[in-house]
Amino acid sequence: MNSIQRKVIQFVFIFVGLVYVGRLFVLQILDSSYKIEAEINAVEKIIDYPNRGLIYDRKGKLLVFNTPVFDIMVILREFKVTDTLEFCDKFGITPDSLKGIVADLRKDRGYSRNKPMPLFKQLSNEDFGKIQNFLSDYQGLYVQARSVRSYPHKSLANALGYIGEISKTSIEKQTNGYYRQGDYIGISGLEQYYEEQLRGQRGVRFVMKDVRGVQKGHYRSGEYDTTAIAGENLVSTIDLELQQYGELLMQHKIGSIVAIEPSTGEILAFVSAPSYDPSLLSGRLYSKNYGRIQADPLKPLFNRPLMAQYPPGSIFKIAQALTGMQLGVINEHTRFSCDKSLVNCHDHPSPTDLRGSIQWSCNPYYFLTFKKIINQDLSTNKFKDTEMGFDLWRTNIMSMGFGSKIEIDLPNVKGGNIPSNKYYDKIYGDLHWKFSTIYSLGIGQGEISIIPIQMANFAAMIANRGYFYTPHLVRSIGEEKRTIDRFKIKHQTTIHPKYFKPVIDGMEQVVQAGTAAWTRSRDSLVICGKTGTAENPHGDDHSVFIAFAPKDNPKIAIAVFVENAGFGAMTAAPIAMLILHKYLKREPNKYMEDYVINKDLTGKYGSYKK
Amino acid sequence: MRNEDKISSNIDWITVGFYSLFVLLGWFNIFAVVYDPEAAASQSMFDFSMNAGKQLMWICTAVVLIIMILVIDFKFYATFAYVIYGLVILLLIVTMIFAKEINGSRSWLDIGFTRIQPAEFAKFATALALAKYMSPVNVKFEYLETKLVTAFILALPCVFILLQNETGSTLVFSAFVLVLYREGLSGVILFIGVLSALLLVLTLIYDKFIIVYVIGALAFVIILYLIQAASNSTRKKMLWRNIFVVMLVAGVCSGVVFGVDFFVNKVLQEHQRNRVMVLIDQELDPKGVGYHVRQSKIAIGSGEFWGKGFLEGTQTKFDFVPEQSTDFIFCTIGEEHGWFGSTLLIGLYVAFMLRLVFLAERQKDKFARIYGYSVACLIFIHFMVNIGMTIGVFPVIGIPLPFFSYGGSSLWSFTILLFIFLKLDAHRGEVLVH
Repeated sequence: MNSIQRKVIQFVFIFVGLVYVGRLFVLQILDSSYKIEAEINAVEKIIDYPNRGLIYDRKGKLLVFNTPVFDIMVILREFKVTDTLEFCDKFGITPDSLKGIVADLRKDRGYSRNKPMPLFKQLSNEDFGKIQNFLSDYQGLYVQARSVRSYPHKSLANALGYIGEISKTSIEKQTNGYYRQGDYIGISGLEQYYEEQLRGQRGVRFVMKDVRGVQKGHYRSGEYDTTAIAGENLVSTIDLELQQYGELLMQHKIGSIVAIEPSTGEILAFVSAPSYDPSLLSGRLYSKNYGRIQADPLKPLFNRPLMAQYPPGSIFKIAQALTGMQLGVINEHTRFSCDKSLVNCHDHPSPTDLRGSIQWSCNPYYFLTFKKIINQDLSTNKFKDTEMGFDLWRTNIMSMGFGSKIEIDLPNVKGGNIPSNKYYDKIYGDLHWKFSTIYSLGIGQGEISIIPIQMANFAAMIANRGYFYTPHLVRSIGEEKRTIDRFKIKHQTTIHPKYFKPVIDGMEQVVQAGTAAWTRSRDSLVICGKTGTAENPHGDDHSVFIAFAPKDNPKIAIAVFVENAGFGAMTAAPIAMLILHKYLKREPNKYMEDYVINKDLTGKYGSYKK
Repeated sequence: MRNEDKISSNIDWITVGFYSLFVLLGWFNIFAVVYDPEAAASQSMFDFSMNAGKQLMWICTAVVLIIMILVIDFKFYATFAYVIYGLVILLLIVTMIFAKEINGSRSWLDIGFTRIQPAEFAKFATALALAKYMSPVNVKFEYLETKLVTAFILALPCVFILLQNETGSTLVFSAFVLVLYREGLSGVILFIGVLSALLLVLTLIYDKFIIVYVIGALAFVIILYLIQAASNSTRKKMLWRNIFVVMLVAGVCSGVVFGVDFFVNKVLQEHQRNRVMVLIDQELDPKGVGYHVRQSKIAIGSGEFWGKGFLEGTQTKFDFVPEQSTDFIFCTIGEEHGWFGSTLLIGLYVAFMLRLVFLAERQKDKFARIYGYSVACLIFIHFMVNIGMTIGVFPVIGIPLPFFSYGGSSLWSFTILLFIFLKLDAHRGEVLVH
């Protein structure tokens, strides 16, 4: 019986089948949005954070390492506690604080009952050990290991810097899109400068997850996954022992010590005083401690060796002597009387030759030397002549590393200031200034400002008789001990090496019988130095001293700057002497050591403002 | 009694082949749903603590059922049709009274080692009773009495299933309308049914007054046309009759629109109304009622042409799609086997249903033919509604895909339904033709 009804029914069956096949064609082939939604649903990207690189000192001592900390994560959906009191007892908290923690979690923007949320953050190994055994008693508790920066000492904070969560603006500014919110990044010091080497390469895993957010294995057998690459270790040029000694000597004082190995430019000690314990800015109490340190009126976060700008004072006379000889306006035998009518000076034998002028730090000698440099009769126009002499002077001075940024491997370096003729043109008008306008530059005062790292570099340059290597803090990077090429470039100054001998002889006499004679030790070590007293309009003068030792084949050059500490010989010189002795393994003068360590200048900083 | 040899040569092996294929594919896909790649080593399709393992157990017991059905004399089913019908009605009443409430419905009966859903068995029992009642030659569908009794037979189980709050299962009984259509029910009723469904959807989308205006406008145009046509004709008498019919139809349609509006807003419960509304506006509340449909479509849509491969699906495997072993099993096919696999499966079902129609038509006995059509149409309704809801063309009505979905009651009831027919078909030569 082939009725019409049969045909209708058959048609209905086939029709519905065809409609569905067509509908599926639209869903599965024409519309690709479902595929994307499926991946959003079921594939999760998990970031594996590599260990950050360690930092060692030049002798292999650890400066920075990582300590594991443990976050106890809770998935609230799975978390069940039958006896709250027992739970709190085991985990060492009060029921109220547990309530508080859970209430805070609920307020969190990323709150989810199905996802791990931090219940206890950054437990130390020790604290974790106490509760480890109880974790298995409760469902829904998980451990997430992380690491924080740790320090086996309390030194070098300003050079090492710290890491912290990346700021919103930094995320927006980055060009390669590496960082995400919540990532840690070096914020200052070596941590910032060597961020790319230290951080390593983040790994990415794509895992599948079910509707409850539980992980269910690798997506596509891990074909899109990348493994994390651990950060590279750094070997620093710092000698931790010397650094700690320097910090001890600088206690209760404001200032800097920078010690450099002249033959390489490696920085042996980098003291910024006052400083802080670097471990304060690591881990749980970061924000609290940061606020406290930042509020300190003595500004421990201010990286003085790189950022504090001072008038150089008398140490600048050496630069003037070298420039004068190089320009041929004086020679080592040139003698001037100490004419206090030109500029004030202290009592010392007069007249002096160049050696004596350094030994006694004679102000009129350099007033006259600078005058000879500036007015060389190169032009009949007095103003034009001044400008020409000034330009020659400036070129020589700048070649010694002044007036521009030292390209050290740390962020935030100041350049100091060696004024240009344009500067004076602007103030006095074109060709309307002459020697009498700028004479104070001759003795390192006036518009000149330099920073401590430049002073140390200057000392190293003298030790090298005319050249320097860019001061730096990292010797090598990574397993294969890669060095950094730009730190191997010899920067030759404009000064001929032969002019260094009389200057260095004078510096030797400073310590032997000159302005810093009292710091002389009975040791055979020959130290060359120069005192400086930077005039300070805001209070007591700053005490400055640069030195290097031994005289022949120098191993260490140093610059010490102590704020409001008076004459260079009084504070800066003994500190420099002690450090030189320490580094060269000579017997330090115990009396001098006690004198320096006990010297407390904090009373002078009561109204400190910067 | 027939011996086994006779059965094996007479039974329709093509249908048995379809049946076996569906059951096996269902089992594989249930395994794919519960498959956990992290515990893959310890997982097996034969693990009886998992759905796949349990389904294997249901399949084995279904085979026992098949043997029992085939062994029993074929005349038993016609003879005891009313008894079976009566027993099932009794079971429905018992269930209604004693069943514990699960998800708002009282349809599951605890029988010690497992739970069964008696509503599932009402399908074949009703089919048997309907076939039995309509099988005598003197029972013609034109008679009012026949219509009333038929309506009673169909309505009785519906009432009790409705009272169990199993609206979905009740809907399945609309399959019998197609059967009755084959047996002489006017096509007009079928047409009205489809028209009502169309009006229902339109009412949900548009304001009821707009639809009524449109109906009125349509009727006006048709009447104008009729008047125009009549002026050129001599049969003026027919004009008034035709105009009356058009106005009647328009009136009924308008009544339906208001009725539907009243029904949806006043009669339907909140969750039922939401299910219907989600069908109309699928982006409605994607985390709530729309969640099922949305996740189901994501799973199927992400399959693309070839699918992600067996056990490679993420949406179904990781529980994004709810009820995936049972009502949403088609998602697994769509996701893991893509458009290709889905089309193949739909093709298989259509071929299977056409085969059943073919078998039904070759029966000499009216009882076996009506029963055969009932089997085909019941499977069709399940097929249409089940797959339709997973791809978002039907509201979410929780009914299984025959032979495929996880679940003992459903597999048993479809097995019984189908194999009674195959038993009758195997003995079609022995029936005395009136």
